[in-house]
Amino acid sequence: MSDITKQSLSELVKNIKEKKISSIEVTKAFIERSEKSKELNVYVTEDFSAAIDKAKRFDENPNLDLKLPGIPMAVKDLFCTKNVKTTAGSKILNNFIPTYESTVTQNIWNEGAILLGKLNCDEFAMGSSNETSFFGCVQNPIDKDLVPGGSSGGSSSAVAAQLTPITIGTDTGGSIRQPASFTGIVGLKPTYGSCSRYGIVAFASSLDQAGPMAQNVRDCALLHEVISSYDEKDSTSIDFKRNNYVKELTNNIKGKKIGIPKEYRVDGMPKEIEDLWKKGIDYVKDCGAKIIDISLPHTNYALPTYYIVAPAEASSNLARYDGVKYGFRADGENLIDMYEKTRSEGFGAEVQRRIMIGTYVLSSGYYDAYYLKAQKVRKLIKNDFDEAYKKVDAILTPSTPSSAFKIGEKTNDPVSMYLNDIFTVPVNLAGLPGISIPAGHDAKGYPLGLQIIGKAFDEQNILNIAYAMEEKINFKNKITDWWIK
Amino acid sequence: MSIDLKTIKHISKLSRISVDEKRAEKLAGDLNSIFEFIEILNELKTENVEPLTSVAETTLKLRADKVKSKNLREQIIKNSPQENEDYFVVPKVIE
Amino acid sequence: MSKDKSEYLINRKDNQYEVVIGLEVHAQVTSESKLFSTSSTKFGAEPNTQVSLVDAALPGMLPVINEYCVKQAIKTGIGLKAKINKRSVFDRKNYFYADLPQGYQISQFKDPIVGEGKVILDMPDGQKEVGIERLHLEQDAGKSIHNLDPKNTFVDLNRSGVALMEIVSKPDLRSPDEVNAYVKKLRSIMRYLGTCDGNMQEGSLRADVNVSVRKKGSKEFGTRCEIKNVNSIKFMQMAIEYEANRQVNLIEDGQSIDQETRLFDTKKNETRSMRSKEDAHDYRYFPDPDLLPLEVSDDFIEKLKLEIPELPDEKKKRFIEKFKVSPYEATILVSDNETSSYFENVIKKSDVKLATNWIIGELFAALNEKNLEITESPISAGNLSKLINLIKEGTISGKIAKTVFEHMMEGDKDPKKIVEEKGLKQESDPKALEILIDKVIDNNRDKATEYKSGKVKLFGFFVGQVMKVSGGKANPQLVNEILKKKL
Repeated sequence: MSDITKQSLSELVKNIKEKKISSIEVTKAFIERSEKSKELNVYVTEDFSAAIDKAKRFDENPNLDLKLPGIPMAVKDLFCTKNVKTTAGSKILNNFIPTYESTVTQNIWNEGAILLGKLNCDEFAMGSSNETSFFGCVQNPIDKDLVPGGSSGGSSSAVAAQLTPITIGTDTGGSIRQPASFTGIVGLKPTYGSCSRYGIVAFASSLDQAGPMAQNVRDCALLHEVISSYDEKDSTSIDFKRNNYVKELTNNIKGKKIGIPKEYRVDGMPKEIEDLWKKGIDYVKDCGAKIIDISLPHTNYALPTYYIVAPAEASSNLARYDGVKYGFRADGENLIDMYEKTRSEGFGAEVQRRIMIGTYVLSSGYYDAYYLKAQKVRKLIKNDFDEAYKKVDAILTPSTPSSAFKIGEKTNDPVSMYLNDIFTVPVNLAGLPGISIPAGHDAKGYPLGLQIIGKAFDEQNILNIAYAMEEKINFKNKITDWWIK
Repeated sequence: MSIDLKTIKHISKLSRISVDEKRAEKLAGDLNSIFEFIEILNELKTENVEPLTSVAETTLKLRADKVKSKNLREQIIKNSPQENEDYFVVPKVIE
Repeated sequence: MSKDKSEYLINRKDNQYEVVIGLEVHAQVTSESKLFSTSSTKFGAEPNTQVSLVDAALPGMLPVINEYCVKQAIKTGIGLKAKINKRSVFDRKNYFYADLPQGYQISQFKDPIVGEGKVILDMPDGQKEVGIERLHLEQDAGKSIHNLDPKNTFVDLNRSGVALMEIVSKPDLRSPDEVNAYVKKLRSIMRYLGTCDGNMQEGSLRADVNVSVRKKGSKEFGTRCEIKNVNSIKFMQMAIEYEANRQVNLIEDGQSIDQETRLFDTKKNETRSMRSKEDAHDYRYFPDPDLLPLEVSDDFIEKLKLEIPELPDEKKKRFIEKFKVSPYEATILVSDNETSSYFENVIKKSDVKLATNWIIGELFAALNEKNLEITESPISAGNLSKLINLIKEGTISGKIAKTVFEHMMEGDKDPKKIVEEKGLKQESDPKALEILIDKVIDNNRDKATEYKSGKVKLFGFFVGQVMKVSGGKANPQLVNEILKKKL
């Protein structure tokens, strides 16, 4: 089969289960394509030879009852993987090899999947374009010198370019949905507490969630089913009854009430985004859902709130990178000198900027004005959603205020970079699930995404709506393989 | 409000990240534009709002008092930049 | 320095100064595993052998709280007659140090698990109540070792993450003696509860001591200095004495006192300012987003109340009422659980009055001399009980009993055996006694004549003489009978 890498996850699983194809064939196909795609710079660490060994072992004694039987996949380099270098896109962890496995990746391997390697991302997941990675920019397969979004930019690019059938990313303020939107793939940010954070390099603990990224909604549902689990090792993990997301997947969304928040019509939003949103509304109407206008009055305050809460938590979470126990260490005359040099040389500019913001908003005299204020506004934002969900079952919005931009276009203006997450950030602040699906193209042919936001723990519902819309949209990604010589 | 170089120096000390003058100036500029954008929060009255720390609507789970972690010294020290068989080693601490 | 009555004042020219002391006691919670990780808390292990991935703050590691530590803190709160907060919050205290792997300590800042309570001290001139401000749970740090290498500091993380209770008193203490009584009382309560072993040598109990001075009669507090991490009661007392005098001297010189953190140098017996003032601490406390608020139900607290044993104050009351010991004696007997149970074991089979005297007198003196704890006493409660019964029965006299006691201190031997082996038993053979008595009468012919002529008071004299000659061993009852016949 020459078109292995073009198959969706569901097709690959079916073919492996029906023994039409072996794990080694699939694994080799993705490795081969990855080898030809170095220019995209999606991999920080390739683990190809180990993957081939594992695939062989799988084929020798295949367990076809598993959900991901012998499926190779690469994961974002924010997940700690046992005996495989984990960098979080940072120089400060450049040489770090965990002796343990994150719960989410463990769940994946337990279902028979095989690690291909670790995917590039913004440093400590702080970025919206993958440009903050110590390991360089990632190319968006849509077009040369186009950012793949971030922070899960290596992940989105790898799925879009078919270098891995599926992947997992993490989403703190939009890091799964925004890159999914920029590369024309599907990305789900689950409810906070749905997927364990154990073994994921932390950015902002109260916002971080791992989630699946895939070519279509069904694949996304399957991977979500695998990674979502209650974990005693994470105190914020929530013990609720998880669905059989694939089995329960349906395109019947008749009678569902879909909210359209007026505050998401932001100033200066390009017309093509506005049009896309309208098209989206028509699609769900076609499916028999009801459209209801709603208000999320504090939407405008979400981004400033996020840029207090996330850096504050990050400034503390990243204190452990001090050159003492692991990772990079710069020489210093004494302990303090060592700390200051290590962290100055080991962290990139964006990470330093956020640590500084976070330190400032927590510091004596500013805590109440910034951090406490932000926590209160966060409550108001959550209340907005609680109110809205009294009237609707889900909310439909654009995923991003624009399509992918050029590498370097926004690097000198942090605020304009941050504005990219304007539609995704409120979802993290409220801890809700949100999914981005590709819904069309702009004039340049770049993909655009729509976001469906659900009630807490209601992933099934937004997967169903996405599934129904996907059928109507019938999106085709325009990828020319320009990078393959 | 404006974040001056002195403030940048202070928070760089607190965060144990050394910054030279040039960096400090750039940071001051960046932080000022970010905080300008954050100031919009002051429009909101929040006196009577409960702060939200976590969206996880559950209570803290308690684990049993059992020793499960074994001696991991080798594993734990393996990744340390300056190795010694028994200890983590750092440049002398000046008290 | 004046110590009239119990008032502790520092005198200078025309001024008298009162010392105001508050203590932040750090007590290690007795538990098998650490507060937020599953590694062992055992003391004295090889360096870095009790360090989990969480303790070493590896990327992606998360804290999960130990239920037993929560229970221990609540029990201690109950023991301190304190308010138990059904909702408490864990915060991060952010600072960098080599033995603080996370770069923050998980502690409780705004909402501690235990609120206000009190401790009653028994001072020579009566009782004194010391207010407890709060008790909270927090993580211990690791240990930095500076003397193993000239250029480097070595870090051992075995202690990193061990649960501590920080018990903060109100500034109610007024003298080194009160501090002594307070720490001992606190330790006693926690030992009764089994929540902290109070072992100061192993660092299970340390304190930060806040000291300020003010002119006698003043209502305002002076500027305080915090003396960090003092690990023995003696050092606490010495540090306070030094620090209070230092502050008084500054005031007398017309200088002001800087509010600062100081260290007690045990070798020089002085406190000195900790350096690095340029980095004025700013701990940037905020609620730990890896943890949720800790919520405990009424039911949870009620169940713990059932596990609370009789505590020193109640036990003291019972001893006074039931055993009729004096308040002074009772205070000593209940000072720790081991002493009180030793006492209760002794009196199971012997006289209370004698037991009290022997324990507080002879036994404590002897243990003190050998620097032993009551649990290490060479004399078991059972054997002391036997000794007391030998006295009570008249097998030996009180005087002989002291000799027997000394032998018992050499090793735990049955007093009956000692009495037999050393021939300390009373002489009860009538023939032997007759010979003795004849001799005494012979040597005191004149007195015998006087007795016979009616001076019956002299009978006592003869008994005394017989006892003396017998080395205290003669059975007084038989001596009486035989003497009556012979005279």
